[in-house]
Amino acid sequence: MIKLNNINKTYFGAQPLHVLKGINLDVAEGELVSIMGASGSGKSTLLNILGILDNYDEGEYYLAGKLVKNLSENQAAEFRNKLIGFIFQSFNLIPFKTALENVALPLFYQGVNRKKRNMMAMEYLERFGLKDWADHYPNELSGGQKQRVSIARALVTSPKIILADEPTGALDSKTSAEVMQILREVNATGITMVIVTHERGIANLTRKIVHLKDGIIESIEENDPDKMDFTKEIK
Amino acid sequence: MFDLDNINEIWQTIARNKTRSILTAFGVFWGIFILVILLACGNGFNNGLQSQIEGFATNSSFMIPTNTTVAYKGYQKDREWQLDMSDMEAIKKKIKGIDDLSPISSRWTYNGENNVFYGIKGGNFSMKGVLPNYNEIDRCKVLYGRFINEADIADARKVCVLGKKVYEDVIGTDKNPLGLMIKANGIYYQVVGVIEAYNSKVSIMGSVNETVVLPLTTMQVAYHTGNKFDFFMFTTASGYNTKGLQAEVKTLLRERHDIAPEDEGAFMCFDLEDVFTMFDYLFLGIKILIWIVGIGTLLSGVVGVSNIMLVTIKERTREIGVRRALGAKPSVIIRQVMAESLLLTILAGVVGLVIGVAIMAVVSGIVGNTPSEDMMFLDPQIGFGAAIVATIIIVLSGLLAGVLPATRAIQIKAIDAIREE
Repeated sequence: MIKLNNINKTYFGAQPLHVLKGINLDVAEGELVSIMGASGSGKSTLLNILGILDNYDEGEYYLAGKLVKNLSENQAAEFRNKLIGFIFQSFNLIPFKTALENVALPLFYQGVNRKKRNMMAMEYLERFGLKDWADHYPNELSGGQKQRVSIARALVTSPKIILADEPTGALDSKTSAEVMQILREVNATGITMVIVTHERGIANLTRKIVHLKDGIIESIEENDPDKMDFTKEIK
Repeated sequence: MFDLDNINEIWQTIARNKTRSILTAFGVFWGIFILVILLACGNGFNNGLQSQIEGFATNSSFMIPTNTTVAYKGYQKDREWQLDMSDMEAIKKKIKGIDDLSPISSRWTYNGENNVFYGIKGGNFSMKGVLPNYNEIDRCKVLYGRFINEADIADARKVCVLGKKVYEDVIGTDKNPLGLMIKANGIYYQVVGVIEAYNSKVSIMGSVNETVVLPLTTMQVAYHTGNKFDFFMFTTASGYNTKGLQAEVKTLLRERHDIAPEDEGAFMCFDLEDVFTMFDYLFLGIKILIWIVGIGTLLSGVVGVSNIMLVTIKERTREIGVRRALGAKPSVIIRQVMAESLLLTILAGVVGLVIGVAIMAVVSGIVGNTPSEDMMFLDPQIGFGAAIVATIIIVLSGLLAGVLPATRAIQIKAIDAIREE
């Protein structure tokens, strides 16, 4: 599903910063992968490149068999809209839209009509137990509810992969466990998922842990999350 | 672009900050409002002035013989010459493009003494001898009886038509003037009508209101002038050029009266078109000034909208970034910002247009209900065309106001927005 070949990325500021120094990574369809690393290791940059939010200088990135390189803004927007679902640490829900409208937004950009859009959005909200909260604004929701709304928003377009950036970073441990449970369930339906985190406990719930250090992949660790005790892992 | 969903999207963002939206829109509202008020007032003054010169044929020329200024064919310069009826025949025969040709004789009152009497009541008035078609050029309302007719001319009848003021001063409004005999400069004439000028502001050799009007032939008999008369006026037929006709008439008269071809001083010739053209330019100038002031005011409103929207875009960086991440194409973002600016401007502009037109309709009603002869301000309203132009300007300014914020908005990348800071 994802194939990275020698990805290099340098930020040209006052001091050029070589952030990614040749990343090679394969993620198969349906895999649940986490990327770990200290801050400054390049994990956010890698996620931005995976999410087609940022360009890379060298190498090739194939997403669902398509080469993602030097895309126009329009092509990038279309790829993001159709292939990728984003989950952010700070949810990034639009504050003046209801939960339902937030979930329906990606469909709006696909040109789906209002009725169908709202129906689909409602389906996803229902799936995550938020049916009664559909007409609430984000500031009326708890952190866990907000993250569930944003998961619904990420899934509503039936993307090929889900990219989650510290999905539990703003949540307490109990809610974190719930969210991780949801993400694992989503993954179980066959959707490829990449989670960036710096928490070992979160990473332990994934099948493959990619350790990033100073812009290169230090090691890839195979993991069996089923052996992990949920409550213990997330503190 | 304007389906329900999009309007909903745009409305949400405008309605989110009502006070700010209203204050922003006020600039545009005020610009259009002022433009409408100014345009309507300009039209009001224009109409007022038009009404002052209304009733007088605007395509009329006057030709008055004066002494020659060039010696020619053995004649000395400074020779006096006079028009006669055969000149009129010749002009009618040889020159095409004249609608009405009206020879006139006039007698001024001499020393301010009363010269027109009915019984012992008298007044000081001038006299004019005219043909029936005089009424085509200096239009008059017939208050009693009739105007001079062809039979009066043919028989040189001793009849007269009185100006309104002559009637009021000499006969008095309590009497029916028709059939009464009045004495003018020592000769008795029977009154066959009373007239009032449609327009007392423009007149030839004195307003008809203060004139005793005789048939031209009667006047010629009474004053022993044979078939001579003092001056004439003519109107240009549509499709003909007034200045060209004047030149043709002059050429013909020069031939007939042995006047040097280069002698321009032998005629006093003028036409109302000159006067009207001057007014036209004056009002054109005023109109241009109004549009400059109005558009200037509007422009400051547009800058206000643009400015506030730039701030809004800055505040919405994250939101726009998220939209981009979720798959909004740059064109979608541009459309949304432009549409926001358009909707805001159009709402404000249309409200300004409607309120401006409504206020001027009320003013127009008040002005219309206080009739006065000296009214220099009439029907101050903007035309349909001006309203259309104003609407187009509103739309254009909406687009103009949106350009800068939209450019700023598409510079926001998804990655800028979701960066944790």
